[in-house]
Amino acid sequence: MAGYQDPGFDTLALHAGAAPDPTTGARAVPIHLSTSFVFESSDHAAALFNLERAGYVYSRLSNPTNAVLEQRVSALEGGIGAISTASGQAALHLCVATLMGAGSHIVASTALYGGSQNLLHFTMRRFGIETTFVQPGDIDGWRAALRPNTKLLFGETVGNPGLEVLDIPTVSAIAHDAGVPLLVDSTLTTPWLMRPFDLGADLVYHSATKFLSGHGTVIAGIVVDGGSFDWAREYAASAKFGELAAPYDGFHDMVFTDESTVGAFLLRARREGLRDFGAALSPHSAWLVLQGIETLPLRMARHMSNTQRVVEFLAKHPFVARVGHPLLETHASHALAQKLLPRGAGSVFSFDIKGSRAQGKAFIDALQLFSHLANVGDCRSLVIHPASTTHFRMSDEALAAGGIGQGTIRLSIGLEEPDDLIDDLKRALRAAEKAER
Amino acid sequence: MQLEVNGHNTFCYTGGKAFDPAKPTVVFIHGVLNDHSVWILQTRYLANHGWNVLAPDLPGHGRSGGEPPATVEQGADFVLALVEVLKIKRLALVGHSFGSLIVLEAAARAARAAGTADGAPGDKISGDPSPPQPVRAPDAPAGEKAPPRQAGVTVSHLVLAGTAAPMKVSQTLLDASLNEPLKGIDMVNVFQHSMLAPPPSTLGPGTWLYGSSRALMRRVLASNVRTNVFHTGFRACDSYSKGEAAMKEVEAPTLFILGTRDQMTPPKAAQPLVRNARHGKTVLLPAGHQMMSEAPDGVLMALRDFLAEA
Repeated sequence: MAGYQDPGFDTLALHAGAAPDPTTGARAVPIHLSTSFVFESSDHAAALFNLERAGYVYSRLSNPTNAVLEQRVSALEGGIGAISTASGQAALHLCVATLMGAGSHIVASTALYGGSQNLLHFTMRRFGIETTFVQPGDIDGWRAALRPNTKLLFGETVGNPGLEVLDIPTVSAIAHDAGVPLLVDSTLTTPWLMRPFDLGADLVYHSATKFLSGHGTVIAGIVVDGGSFDWAREYAASAKFGELAAPYDGFHDMVFTDESTVGAFLLRARREGLRDFGAALSPHSAWLVLQGIETLPLRMARHMSNTQRVVEFLAKHPFVARVGHPLLETHASHALAQKLLPRGAGSVFSFDIKGSRAQGKAFIDALQLFSHLANVGDCRSLVIHPASTTHFRMSDEALAAGGIGQGTIRLSIGLEEPDDLIDDLKRALRAAEKAER
Repeated sequence: MQLEVNGHNTFCYTGGKAFDPAKPTVVFIHGVLNDHSVWILQTRYLANHGWNVLAPDLPGHGRSGGEPPATVEQGADFVLALVEVLKIKRLALVGHSFGSLIVLEAAARAARAAGTADGAPGDKISGDPSPPQPVRAPDAPAGEKAPPRQAGVTVSHLVLAGTAAPMKVSQTLLDASLNEPLKGIDMVNVFQHSMLAPPPSTLGPGTWLYGSSRALMRRVLASNVRTNVFHTGFRACDSYSKGEAAMKEVEAPTLFILGTRDQMTPPKAAQPLVRNARHGKTVLLPAGHQMMSEAPDGVLMALRDFLAEA
């Protein structure tokens, strides 16, 4: 690659990490469905195991197809490298488990996907890791929640489903003042809408199941490291992050920050997290995500234009009580979205109808193009009732804190003809109005 | 490993192995805005295959204190001082880019000192047992103490990766490194890479080299708040004019590792050195300037085989 500037986003979406196969000439990325890879010699084998050389050993740790995906998402995010995982939840768990153990503390946004909230609030607490939740826009709250044992700040770039925009420049500054990194879930925005590293985040993860894949065919996750957080300096200052900056007896006393000045997190996450927890991504799934990413720029542009049409329609409809999208000046994050998300704040959003819960059910049942299912970021348009499905384990208080009411309906706007989507919504709203309260 | 060199704390990566005086030693010197970690896929292997590996962060870079070398000669002073601290008498020197000029100059001085120790005229510093002193810039006023030279050190092998003589830096890059260093980093980052699909590299499979190189350069730049090590390093490369003369003095077998896609130090730019090497050998790799990460196995195998030669 000889040029005078960084390759552009659309070019990277097609080419980063992938070259024609040197053996077969295959232009598309081959799917390497092989658990293991032959060593050149005994010396080569030992060198790979001891991290003296880089290469492939066993597909739980790494795989050539997965490596293309990892390079590609890293390139799009502006990161230093990535680790693909079995799901977005596995990606979040890998981040937490790599950075901390029992006795540690996280400060997280209240506006999280229900599964993430559950992992932090219930599951990780069982392993001695506590989380304090704060409203994403409560800047003083982020600061006040910090403790001496806080090791991570975490939020979604835009909350699911309320689209509360995380003020990454401000929250990352709070994190860095406290000597901890900021991790963001960038699933709903993708690097096409926002590159969190450019705004101050240190680690990014995706549920690649959603927009990166884009076709509702695969469960996948990926963690990207921005390479900006100085683990060694923080260890010297506060003794935090010995996981990365002190000898690790699980790998012959390796000091990951000595091995790599900027990549210690990824070294340990792969050597320990993937090795021991084993939430690896299938190469076949990695390939499906890669296929999706090749058209990510085209799809995201259409997702945004379709969303604008639908939001404008719903905002004017007399049976709609509220539309929760930052496109609208009534949304609390409107100004912040204009600043941080100039291409759009995503195509997953919620709205409330003026009717009862029964009328809400009638609305969903009357939809024909929108599919009623538990996913977002598909090329097809989707609908769900969060309080009874994706967020059902959360208390009423937690739901309210996350901007979710009993009558809230979540849409994920797909790539269909926008007039058809509006017709479908119009018909369903009419059915809901006529339904019994 | 932490050492004190010239009164300053110096970080030396050793490949996870303790320094053993009984083993042969190879010293790796990085280039501008880099640190020890650019050698990770060469150093760790050699450290586990019979070599003492010393990959320092140059003074004023990363985790090493002191003033960053403002000239290639000052960089060579540091290398020879480091060697003296550990009482190493025989070593292999490996350098990349700016680091290649530093080890070239150090090897020339070692050969010169050895020559005068054998009775060659004109070098009164040979055999000087005093520790290295702070050095003056080449254009310092006459009368200041001359740069120290190391006696009693034999360079067994010299490896110059991504090298050139002269190593001129464009005025555009010099200006950017001084006035807009982050923009300059982006420019260098494009020039020093040659592929969008690198093999498994410094962080294993999934490493994105454009991103990791940029992050490292930013980190090293930020590591020194007093001196712009970017501009200082580039200026040192640009102003060094003794490459060919130094090469003529070097006795050690010399390996040139050059990238066929290198836009910063293309193979033809190394020819003045190649022509003047007494015992030269060249390995061409399909890589750009950052060949240690773009062709990690190629660089390693070239090093391994060369160092195995007596």
